[in-house]
Amino acid sequence: MSHALTDAQAAARDVFHDAHEHDHEAGGSTLLGFWIYLMSDCLIFAVLFATYGVVGGNYAAGPGPKDLFDLSLVAVNTAMLLLSSITYGFAMLASYRKQIGATQLWLAVTGLFGLAFLGIELYEFAHMIHEGATPQRSAFLSAFFTLVGTHGLHVTFGIIWLVTLMIQLGRHGLTRANERRLACLSLFWHFLDVIWIGVFTFVYLMGMLR
Amino acid sequence: MSAHDHAAAPPHATLRGYLTGFVLSVILTAIPFWLVMGGVLESKQATAFIIMAFAAVQMIVHMIYFLHMSRKSEEGWTLVSLIFTLILVVITLAGSLWVMYHLNSNMMPGHETSVSPNEPF
Repeated sequence: MSHALTDAQAAARDVFHDAHEHDHEAGGSTLLGFWIYLMSDCLIFAVLFATYGVVGGNYAAGPGPKDLFDLSLVAVNTAMLLLSSITYGFAMLASYRKQIGATQLWLAVTGLFGLAFLGIELYEFAHMIHEGATPQRSAFLSAFFTLVGTHGLHVTFGIIWLVTLMIQLGRHGLTRANERRLACLSLFWHFLDVIWIGVFTFVYLMGMLR
Repeated sequence: MSAHDHAAAPPHATLRGYLTGFVLSVILTAIPFWLVMGGVLESKQATAFIIMAFAAVQMIVHMIYFLHMSRKSEEGWTLVSLIFTLILVVITLAGSLWVMYHLNSNMMPGHETSVSPNEPF
């Protein structure tokens, strides 16, 4: 480690390396690292999509997509997520203008849309389970609940992160660290929206076409 | 440093950009829902292909307008990691579906390769 070296040893190191380290101060590569985490998350969803694709037609004489899915509910849900994406964008724009109040307000609106999404999804799940379409019922339902549930879990954690960040902003303001966190959550939130495009297309819309 | 200014305010993050992305994604979402809910097309296969195409385009729209992907972001590393991930995703999805489809059709009871004299009726 460089800080363990004496000054003389440090001075003996080449200048190029020294300049390079100054260029990347704390958090300089956080966004790229977070992006790579999202890519690994993308692989998790790819595997869940593949599982759904393989066993999605195995109803075990139980209910199928046409018996269970309500597309108008899914359309409303999709609208909630899309609206939360644009409001998060407004929060980012407000943070660039250094307006803490506006940033927090737009974050709150984003969180409410996220909660509405989760509420509708949980209502849908509860409705399905009430009708006997539990995850144990068939391979199709196991794969469905795992895929859609994993996405919902991500949204849940996104909302927890969002509330945490609103408190952080209130306490410390728009510091460089908080700006970085806002940018990371922005990636996370918009990434979940991209995954949802896959979910409503492959699970819900294509399910109704089967 | 210019690198940090860039990180704080990506050049693509503008009100205009977000609104463009939003309007495009609303259109790209509404059409597939309309096609399926209204039963517009006779052919289910054609409908499936069209909604998959819309999903692909909408994902690209989100990447550009919401995730601010560009060839230059993080000196190209975001794009490189995305392309690498997409290759893995395609292998995972296409490979699983292809292999398991053939496994299913070859393991079906009554399939010509599995007919044996002892098979129960």
